[in-house]
Amino acid sequence: MNSHIQVKNLNVFYGKSQALKNINLEIPRNQITVIMGPSGCGKTTLLKSFNRFIELDEMTRISGQVKVDEQDIYARDIDVTEVRKTIGLLSQRPYPLPMSIYENVAHGLRMHRMKKGKNEFDQAVQHYLQVAGLWDEVKDRLHEPATSLSIGQQQRLCLARGLAIEPEIILGDEPTSALDPISSQHIEKILMSLKKDYTIVVVTHILRQAKRLADYVIFMYLGEVVEAGTAQQIFEDPQMERTKGYLSGQF
Amino acid sequence: MGLKKHWQRRHVVEAIFKYVMLISFVLVLACLGYILWTVFSKGLPSLTWAMISQTPKGGYYLGKEGGILNAILGSLYLAMGGTLLAVLIGLPIALYLQTYLRKSHWGKFIRISLDILWGIPSIVYGAFGFSVMLAVGMRSSLLGGIIVLALLELPIMVRAMDEVLQQMPKDLEHAALAIGATKLEVALKIVVRQMMSGIISAILLAFGRGIGDAASVLFTAGYTDRVPTSLTNPAASLPLAIFFQLSTPFPEVQQRAYASALVLTIIVLAVSLGSRWLSVRLSKYSIK
Ligand SMILES: Nc1ncnc2c1ncn2[C@@H]1O[C@H](COP(=O)(O)OP(=O)(O)OP(=O)(O)O)[C@@H](O)[C@H]1O
Ligand SMILES: [Mg+2]
Repeated sequence: MNSHIQVKNLNVFYGKSQALKNINLEIPRNQITVIMGPSGCGKTTLLKSFNRFIELDEMTRISGQVKVDEQDIYARDIDVTEVRKTIGLLSQRPYPLPMSIYENVAHGLRMHRMKKGKNEFDQAVQHYLQVAGLWDEVKDRLHEPATSLSIGQQQRLCLARGLAIEPEIILGDEPTSALDPISSQHIEKILMSLKKDYTIVVVTHILRQAKRLADYVIFMYLGEVVEAGTAQQIFEDPQMERTKGYLSGQF
Repeated sequence: MGLKKHWQRRHVVEAIFKYVMLISFVLVLACLGYILWTVFSKGLPSLTWAMISQTPKGGYYLGKEGGILNAILGSLYLAMGGTLLAVLIGLPIALYLQTYLRKSHWGKFIRISLDILWGIPSIVYGAFGFSVMLAVGMRSSLLGGIIVLALLELPIMVRAMDEVLQQMPKDLEHAALAIGATKLEVALKIVVRQMMSGIISAILLAFGRGIGDAASVLFTAGYTDRVPTSLTNPAASLPLAIFFQLSTPFPEVQQRAYASALVLTIIVLAVSLGSRWLSVRLSKYSIK
């Protein structure tokens, strides 16, 4: 497997309680990996350890390695802002920045000094809004507050904002759970279209969504990885009893 | 069904408390109304154009010609200068407290220190400022007043900002961190923008304390009948003007004290309306 992220012996503690127990994983490049498992099993914690959000909480302790392209992102000489630039996050609820629609996309570009001059900014903003399927809806109101958008539109804006800084990996923590069915479909479609260029890791509780999206599946239970494999393996021929139980809706 | 209201103890308690709250509310409202009424009814008749456009001429304090332009401009210079200085120092402190210290021991220590400073009477600030000024050979001046007012305003401003910044939604900060912002970039570009209206309220609160204070500027800024033209000139202020006029034995001068109080009230009102307007404009993009 051509893996993009490799996790080795990863342990995460919140204070004294252990949320992740000795995780070993590989996440395939340019595919959609879906993480599943019952509530509280550590899916969000795992995602947060990929973009070093874990350390935002002072009570947490982490050991082990998370390697992106063979680079341990927890090594000493790593710039955490570069990690987060390379690994974008789409959160459960959209949180646009307190600025205009245009600025939401342009902000990251400006921060990372990726573009120069109004023309380059305009082009980039238009491009990424188009990729996120939002351009036609907002092209006449680019300078209105981002909060004037519907929740579904805001989530696509957040996607555009994340894509604009040219990440290689996109993490999504139940990115459609706050959205209506149409908006959810929209996001799903965009994710499907993005996987040729990005490695995507999505947490979801919705089995049907998992089946639609997944190329690779990780099933977790109580802080451990129970089973990981291609979508076909996991959905059609799960090996572990827990996985079978979860897939048949016993949890 | 037993849905009918039976007067139980808890209902009685609720009714009593409701009235206690109502009475307190009315009491406060009545006080405020009475103060405003006094200031307006006593001040308005002697509030002439001459009063706000002229400096005191000889014999002003005996009831002759002149006005309080010296105190109006003095107060504006002092309070605006002091507030500006306090913002320049206070906003970084508040951001530092929230961004880096949070609930650490140092953070707690600084918050307690600020609370103590907040409680110190302004005359102490004045006396302290004056003794420092004497030690370095500085005369009573606009600059001295501005510095002492800034010190007086700092604790209340920083603590108010601190409380405001505490309301910053964590998820919004995370959204900015997720696209690779440093903590400093989040503080300066996201937190300040998002919390702008609260920050302006904090500044206004401090400005109100500054412009209304007499004791701290008494020695440090001094008093003069002239309009200050440089930072080294002494400067008059409205609270002191009110005090001096009210303590003369002449009724017409005492009337002018009320007119001065009216001017001070109107300035404070105008500044708070202005900052409200500004705050609405600046928080157009805030996430609700
Ligand atoms: N900030 C925190 N402090 C303490 N414990 C936490 C914290 N965040 C998560 N936990 C605990 O760690 C475990 C894993 O939590 P996590 O949020 O990763 O689960 P999850 O699989 O994402 O659940 P869900 O499906 O409900 O989102 C849970 O037992 C949770 O209670
Ligand atoms: Mg979760």
